Amino acid sequence: MWRGGSDGRYVDYDVPQRDSQTVLDVVTFVQRNIDATLSYRFACRVGMCGSCAMTVNGRPRWTCRTHVSKVAKGGKLKIGPLANMPVIKDLAADMREFFQKWQNAKGVFAPSKTRKDPIAPIKPDDPARIAANAGIECINCGVCYAACDTVRWNKDYLGPAALNRAWTLVNDERDAGQGARLAAVSAEGGCMSCHTHESCHELCPNSLNPTASIAGLKRRAMKAYVRGGE
Amino acid sequence: MNARLYILQRGTAAIMAPLVLLHIAVIFYATHKGLTAGDILARTRGSVAWATFYGVFVLAISIHASIGVRTILGEWLGLRGRARATVAFGFGLLLLMLGLRAIAAVVLP
Repeated sequence: MWRGGSDGRYVDYDVPQRDSQTVLDVVTFVQRNIDATLSYRFACRVGMCGSCAMTVNGRPRWTCRTHVSKVAKGGKLKIGPLANMPVIKDLAADMREFFQKWQNAKGVFAPSKTRKDPIAPIKPDDPARIAANAGIECINCGVCYAACDTVRWNKDYLGPAALNRAWTLVNDERDAGQGARLAAVSAEGGCMSCHTHESCHELCPNSLNPTASIAGLKRRAMKAYVRGGE
Repeated sequence: MNARLYILQRGTAAIMAPLVLLHIAVIFYATHKGLTAGDILARTRGSVAWATFYGVFVLAISIHASIGVRTILGEWLGLRGRARATVAFGFGLLLLMLGLRAIAAVVLP
């Protein structure tokens, strides 16, 4: 288990194996029974909040939904903080840059109406609504960001989560910020930087496909550029 | 990479795809027919068609490869801004000059 800041090291702990034990149970056992100074982040323990993601045997995962029996190799686990983010301490990564990139990608709803206007009628079978639906269950856990090769190589890259969020808003017909959003995601470090490695798609615990969202953004951004609307 | 570079790189890739196939077909034809250097030069010298074909090819390659190298310079060496643009542009220019020189050698009378 990783201990310390960015200059820390992995430390071995012996934890008793139990039935239906999750990786989060292992981390919690260490903190409660072996070393109370262990720092980590969790909240709901049932895969709803997205705060307990860590690197488990080299892959980013929700620790609360990862059973030890599925990932332990020879009874051993290697647990570290999420990759591609600075380490605060032990298993807690600094997610400020990750969330800042959501802002940079204009991943915030820009209202086009007031509360006095009638509610916009959006049909469930509308193609834009279907496209938004496919990416809307993201809970900001950072697994895709930690899994992304392009994020590791290119610090300017907005990352799969921020771009997936931007894509859901691009498909929201109530949103009034499309021009600024397309400009943000088309700029250096935006959707065009994605190499389509699909690590985000493979590892997203919610089975979302940010790569497909990014491909959608590329198409939309290309059209905007050709029309001179970038 | 921004939208302009993305379109340039994908667009040149689309141009290169059929040209590469035709280029390979030409190589197969020349070797199977046992054409000598003299035979080939007799066909290419003064040919506007071959000059245009390989001219477009070289231009597309220079643009395509320099954008790719620009990405590699950023991701592998951490270069940014003017330094990256200069090296990538220089690489594209080098490819363009070498390619055009090769074309001139076979099409100019």
